[in-house]
Order: sequence, then structure tokens, then C-alpha cells
Amino acid sequence: MVSVNNNGNSSSLIQVRGLNKTYHRADEQIQVLQGLNLDVDKGDFVAFMGPSGSGKTTLLNLLGGLDVPTAGAISVASDEITHMSSGKLTEWRARHVGFVFQTYNLIPVLTAFQNVELPLLLTRLSKSERRQHVETALSIVGLGNRTRHFPRQLSGGQEQRVAIARAIVSDPTFLLCDEPTGDLDRKSADEIMALIEELVAKHGKTVLMVTHDPVVAARAHTVLHLEKGVLVEGSKSRQSVTAGGVV
Amino acid sequence: MKFAALIFANLFRKKVRLALTLGSFAVALFLFAFLAVVRKAFTGGADLANASRLVTINRVSIIQPIPLSYRDKIARIPGVQAVTHDNWFGGVYQDEKNFFPQFAIDPENQRKVYPEFVVPDDQWNNFLKDRQGAIVGARTAKRFGWKIGDRVPIKTTIWGGGAWEFVIDGIYHGKVAQDDETQFWFQWDYFQERVPDRLKGLIGWYTVMLNSPDQALRVAKAIDTEFANSPYETKTDTESAFAASWVKQFGNIEFLIITIGSVVFFTLLLVTGNTMAISVRERTGELAVLKAIGFKDRSVLFFVLAESLAIALFGGVLGLALAFLAIPVLGNALSGMLPNLILSKPMLATGIGFALLVGAASGLLPGIGAMRLRVVNALRRV
Repeated sequence: MVSVNNNGNSSSLIQVRGLNKTYHRADEQIQVLQGLNLDVDKGDFVAFMGPSGSGKTTLLNLLGGLDVPTAGAISVASDEITHMSSGKLTEWRARHVGFVFQTYNLIPVLTAFQNVELPLLLTRLSKSERRQHVETALSIVGLGNRTRHFPRQLSGGQEQRVAIARAIVSDPTFLLCDEPTGDLDRKSADEIMALIEELVAKHGKTVLMVTHDPVVAARAHTVLHLEKGVLVEGSKSRQSVTAGGVV
Repeated sequence: MKFAALIFANLFRKKVRLALTLGSFAVALFLFAFLAVVRKAFTGGADLANASRLVTINRVSIIQPIPLSYRDKIARIPGVQAVTHDNWFGGVYQDEKNFFPQFAIDPENQRKVYPEFVVPDDQWNNFLKDRQGAIVGARTAKRFGWKIGDRVPIKTTIWGGGAWEFVIDGIYHGKVAQDDETQFWFQWDYFQERVPDRLKGLIGWYTVMLNSPDQALRVAKAIDTEFANSPYETKTDTESAFAASWVKQFGNIEFLIITIGSVVFFTLLLVTGNTMAISVRERTGELAVLKAIGFKDRSVLFFVLAESLAIALFGGVLGLALAFLAIPVLGNALSGMLPNLILSKPMLATGIGFALLVGAASGLLPGIGAMRLRVVNALRRV
């Protein structure tokens, strides 16, 4: 269940309260997010839409612990991340967040296997355990036979699949996808979205996704719009909409 | 070890650049080894000098002689165990390029004062009995293919001219690899027979063996006091100080070598520092992704440092290996001119340390830059 106006306690997986983000450019202050509230439950699939500069990526960065808010709080599975030190936040990201980027961001000199293995290098898993996890993740994304291929030997859609395998291999609490289909043709984009839907439906993953594409957004359970730093309910939701937010 | 694949993959990312950087290290370390060996060859005499030995020369200069009659007076000074004397012969064997040092020695005391030069007893006894006999260092014997019994003519340029004939009665070896095995010794009596009358009874310098190194200062002072105000005043130093002042005659070799070494060090630092900076800058996005998925700042610093240290180590080992092969060839080419061109284990270890120091220094700044990279900013640039 997704809510954008709750400012009290809840038992949601992700809780955002009064989130503000202001950037300073010379003497100018740019307020990107203004008092944003959000609750996302486990297994939700949320799409954030909005025009360029509306703060979608900033929100994703804050939720992923890549940036710190000017004010407000973010809790994930009861962990308050807003006041964590940089080191703690890095450890937290390794355990809880899987990132999928628009441009895949694979390491070009590593094979698909080695790229997917990267997050597991931070764990205490043995080499054989890591191999098992990587093979499972690559088979989930349908690339079990491409383990030795380098990114340059894969298509865009396949690269993004490897990136998704890297994001899920350590079984994170939730996935953050920043325009995951932005660099893909329609067919590949459909395949990637089908894969993400499968991760949500079959594997119970929680996915928060930023997209410009209404067709892609429509495949999420909930679509939220960011306009001038404020979240507003979307036009499509599987959930019932009540006054004051999407519930 | 689990990060090895990532580090090696990044190392081989730009193969031409890697080869050039390795080449820079290899050339620099080759030069380092060469300079270290040359420096050691010049200063090695001082390092190898026996702390219990003094050298007494004419106060004016080492090329001025002193009387043989001083020997007994020196021997009577308390603390003196043995005294020997030498004359520089300065002869030429076949060609002036075939340089090696020749000395007219005092056979009676030579082995008491220089125990580090080992001659088998039977060879030594033959030498004592043979007026024209000579003992030659193993390197010089090997260089000219001399064997025991060979007759060797050496032309003198100082002592009246003409060729003097010697018979090789023995070959000496040093106790350690660094010992000088290039010398040629012959009997002082034979030398006396052939020098002009005005030079008879004069020796080049005395070498004094003490009972204890602690007595060096006192004995040196006693010797010089003994001959003060005589026509042949003396100057006595420890063998180490004598060797050091000998090297100074060639100019400030140490300063020259250190200056060249420093220039090499800083040039290498700039080259590799620039290479690492470019390498890190090219990978800003990848480093940001690593940090995003949970690699800590210190891990990113470790990756950059590991790369630069690996380049330094491989390049350094390559350069030192080349030097290890080339220096003996050079030593043979310069045989006699610079004794003991030996690339020792401490020099190799210093070379590796030098390479790793440059590697760490060149990777540090780019590594700190990568460590401080803000993920959000870096990802925006991708």
C-alpha cells in the first residue's frame, strides 16, 4: 500500500516524513523537494513521474542513501537512514538497496558474471556460494548462458538484465530503478518491464522506479507524480484513492 | 584476493598505457640499480675498510714517497700488531685499456695485514721463493686467462720504463663477494732492484694493523708525531677515511649520483601520478557505481593504490631483472676501472622499496580523489 500524505507512524517498509532537499547554486537556493511524505509497503511497485527537474532522481538518491536531505526523515525497515554516517550508509546500501541505472553502468572490463558478483564481494560468502548466487541471479534475468560475455558483447537489453541481476544478487530490501528503459527500444523496454514485474510478483521485490515513459509507468502498481517538489497522486493506481493521497 | 579480478581487469584496461608505464618504471629502476652499483663501487672501499687498519702516507700527497726505515719505528708503537707497505706500479699489460692495479708488496707482512685476501699456502710459499713471482686476483686472472706458471710482461710507465717480467705463482680470492679481486702483487725486493737509485728505499704508503680498533686515534696520532718535523712528515688515517678521501679525488660522486637519482625519482613520480590521475578520471562513473552498491571509500582508495603499486612492482622487478643481467656485462666491459660492480640483495630490496614508494605516492592523490568522490555528482556525469 502506498501513501503520500501520512505524517504519523506506520508499519510500512519505507517511511518518508517531511522530506526537504534544497540545492545552493551561487546565491540562489533551489528547493527540489518540499515536505514530502511517503509510505511504501513491502512488495509495492511504485513509479515516479514528472517533468525534468521535478526532483524524481533526487528523491531516488535520497531513498537510496546516496544523498542526504536538507530536512526530514527516511526510515527503511525501521532503520532511520537520514542521520547515518557516510560509512554506515554505505554498509546499509550494500545490504538493503539494489540500483538499476538508465545507462546500466556495468564495469566494461568485467564479464557479466564478475559484474553481478561485485556486491557479493562485500559479503562473507565463499567463492562457491558467490558462484551459486550469481548463477541464480543471471538465470532469473534469462542470461544464464552469457556469464562469460563482456558488456560490449551484449545488447542494451541484455546489459540492463545484467544490471538487474547485479541489483538483486544480494537480495536487497528494495530496488531503485532510475529510468531503467530510458536507453532501450520499445521491445527491449517491454522485456525489461516484464522482468521487473516478475521480480515483484514472483519474488516479492519492492521496486521504486523513476520514468518519463507513461507506458512504462503504467506497469507499476502505483504511479506518483512529482510536481515542483511535491508528490501528487497519479492517474493510475491499483489501490483505492482516498481524499488526501493514494491509499 | 577476492578483489584481484577487479584490480587486474582495471590494470589491463589500456594495454598500451600499461606497457608504457611499466616501461617507465623499468627504465627508472634499471638506472637506479646502475647508479647504486656505481656508487657502491666508488664508496665500497670505505664500507669494506677494516676498522683495525690505518694508512700512513706522505703528508704532502700520496704520490710522494716515505722511507722504508719508518717501518720498524711504526711497528714499535704500542697497539700496532703488524705493518706492511706498498708501492703503486702503474704498469700496462699489452694495452693501456687493460687497466688493473699492481703493487709492489711486503711479502712478510701482507697476509697479516690483509687476512681477507686468501692465497693457498703452497702458492704463497712458491711466491716467497720466486723473485719475479706475482700473486694475482681471481678476476684479473680470469679476465686475461692467466694460469699459475704463466709469464706476464708488464710495461712500467713510472719506474724507468721497459717491460718487467713476472711469473704467476698464485691466485688470491676475497672472503666476500665485494672484496677486490683485481689486484696484482709482486715482491718489493724485485721492485727495489729495478727502480732508479734515487727511488730506492722509498715506499708508497704503510698499512698498519692494530690490536684493537679502539686504539686507532691514539696510534694514528703517535705515528704522525713520531715523524713530525722530519723531511718526510706523515699523515695517518683510518683505512675507511683514506678510502673516502681517495674517492673524493674523482669529484663528489655521491652528490652527482644522488642528484641524478632524485631527478629520476621525481620524473617517474610525475609520469605515473599523471597516468593514475587520468586512469581514475576515466573511471569516475564506475567508481561511483562501486560506491553506490556498497564499496566503502577506503575500498576505492585501496583499488587505486593496489593498481599503482602493482604497476610499480612489476615495472620495478622488470627493471631490476634487466639490471641484474646487464651489470655483470658492464662489469666485464669496465673490468679493472671500477671493481666490484655487484647488484647486491640490499640494493635489490632498496630498488623494490623505491618502486613501491613511487607507486604509493603516485596513486595516493588520485586515490584520495576517488575516495572523496560524491556518488550523486559522479553518476550525474555518466
